[in-house]
Amino acid sequence: MKKQKELLKGNYAIAQASIEAGCKSYFGYPITPQSEIGEYLSTKMPELGRAYVAAESEVAAISMVLGAGATGEKVMTSSSSCAVALMQEGLSFIAGDEIPCVLVSVMRAGPGLGYIYPSQGDYYQATKGGGNGDYKLVTYAPASVQECIDLTYKSFYVSQKYRTPVCLLADGMLGQMMEPAVIGEYPYPEVDQSSWAITGAKEREVRHIASIERDQQTLKNRVEKIFEKYNHILENENIFEKYEIEGAKLVITAFGSIARIAKAAVKMARKNGLKVGLFRPILLNPFPEKIVAEIAQKVDGILDVELNCGQMLNDIKASIASAATIPVEFYGRPAGVMMTVEEIYKQIEAAYRKLVEKKYGTACI
Amino acid sequence: MGRIVINRDRCKACYLCVDACPNKVLEADETVNTLGYYPVKVNAEKNCVGCTVCARVCPDIAIEKVYR
Amino acid sequence: MEQLVYKKPDAIRDDFRITFCPGCDHGVAVKLVAEVIDELGVREDTIGIASVGCSVFSYDFFNVDIVEAAHGRSLAVATGVKRTKPDRVVFTYQGDGDLASIGLAETIHAMTRGEKVTAICINNTTYGMTGGQAGPTTLLGQVTTTTTKGRQAELSGYPLKICEILKEVDGTAFVARVTLDSPQAIMNAKKCIKKAFEAQLKGLGTGFVEILSTCPTNWKMTPQESHARVRGEMSEVFKPGIYKDKVSEVV
Repeated sequence: MKKQKELLKGNYAIAQASIEAGCKSYFGYPITPQSEIGEYLSTKMPELGRAYVAAESEVAAISMVLGAGATGEKVMTSSSSCAVALMQEGLSFIAGDEIPCVLVSVMRAGPGLGYIYPSQGDYYQATKGGGNGDYKLVTYAPASVQECIDLTYKSFYVSQKYRTPVCLLADGMLGQMMEPAVIGEYPYPEVDQSSWAITGAKEREVRHIASIERDQQTLKNRVEKIFEKYNHILENENIFEKYEIEGAKLVITAFGSIARIAKAAVKMARKNGLKVGLFRPILLNPFPEKIVAEIAQKVDGILDVELNCGQMLNDIKASIASAATIPVEFYGRPAGVMMTVEEIYKQIEAAYRKLVEKKYGTACI
Repeated sequence: MGRIVINRDRCKACYLCVDACPNKVLEADETVNTLGYYPVKVNAEKNCVGCTVCARVCPDIAIEKVYR
Repeated sequence: MEQLVYKKPDAIRDDFRITFCPGCDHGVAVKLVAEVIDELGVREDTIGIASVGCSVFSYDFFNVDIVEAAHGRSLAVATGVKRTKPDRVVFTYQGDGDLASIGLAETIHAMTRGEKVTAICINNTTYGMTGGQAGPTTLLGQVTTTTTKGRQAELSGYPLKICEILKEVDGTAFVARVTLDSPQAIMNAKKCIKKAFEAQLKGLGTGFVEILSTCPTNWKMTPQESHARVRGEMSEVFKPGIYKDKVSEVV
């Protein structure tokens, strides 16, 4: 039977999607604005004979994920900002150990405790690797409740296929809002983990998983292999949205829920005759540098919009550095006050005039 | 009668076995092993009763086998 | 006819490498854990958790599957493994710095949940791997590289008594403190380690054994002098014995 659309809250949608994806164990500690994920799973997982553990801290929760993920099963934790900060120790180990797992990070405002307002202040935390050593989290950013579901599936699949931690980077707005969405079946094939998983050495040689490595060449090779994987993920698992890019003079770059608001502002601009498009990376890390560079070669300017003080902005600038010499404007602010379509539109209009009119004069518009 | 098998290249010369042996079967060798230690050796095998005490106190599993 | 009466346990690798200093009790403790795994016939079902410290290279000697934990997180990793594979036998092998200092929260909460795992803790009153700094169990008056005039309570507090705390935790099923300073003590330690494994096999809760151990290198003593210290001042503060035994209550 085809599944029906339901009115779903983002956090519940993620939680139920993780069950559909076959998540065997969940470990977490409450923090607003994502506590519903743990609440939901605390009832559902035991009913299904799966594991839910209320960890004593996020430090412990991520280490539980490490142990559970080492058995090759699908495992997940969820948290937010200052508590994701506590998980960086375990995430670095998990990356070094090449253990598949999913971290749902529902951003709130910071620094410190900040507050529970929607925020994009943890772009760096999610994409640059907050823990020690050379690694990054593979990160997907949804912009709707439906994408929360679809990207939960994608995150499990990519984590299992490439043996890497994957971060689903949502924000307080997505976690808390309700909209119609369909929780369909998990669409990806199961990935066999039996060649490496720690399950007890029954009729085989013993195995071990450890990030510690005494041989310097082996240590170097392992990190190189991890980075090689990021290249494959960018090549094979990249997702993005291009909207009205063809013929655009100005392109807005934005991710997550802000991109959704920015898209409405772009529509408004198009209606008013401004040749504006939107590029929304959904895979935030590894960052789709080539695609941004290609876009930059065809437009006169970029306006990056984020609900932070300019984080993805630096990836945008780095992407186009050797490809184009167009100006990159930025509109953003620390979390606390959500952006409106009109606000972003005003910025688009101002940037458009500054960039485009300067070059072509008003006739072009 | 007992007999033990020592892997002299695993011995780190703590001599806990020398002290633990009830029949004073063991003593330090005069030549070093590949680790650079003077390993333990059997001095008086005829006194060994195969009680396994030396193997049990050995932290390096250098006394690999005990026969009785 | 000559009979083989003792050999390396199967739960120790054939190509094992004992990574500890000469005369260190770690080697004996590792061997006892391996002997117990052999005797219980669970080697192929066992998953060990290696902690940070001198036990970090557990996969060099244990002939079982091993997962490494970050410093102090062994019992959290053990929780993750056990909850995901409940029919496996899971144990941690940790030092006192790992279990009782940086990992005290993970330790107490795993045991509060009554995780069906076994925790073995080597208490040698110092941070051995990093060169002999004062740890949670350093005795008053003990000279270390960070208590150069001896540990003073006013400056750095008191030694933490692990068994005395963990026996009060409802989820523990077996709690004991043992020594390895004589053949008799070693045999007793093995019995306790076996019970700590039986605690999880019988589904009673967490099994825990604290092993008062030597660190001849950092104590700057011979192995023999080190054992005398275990028998003397260490055992006076950390009293050996069985602190809790629900395993024997079950027929």
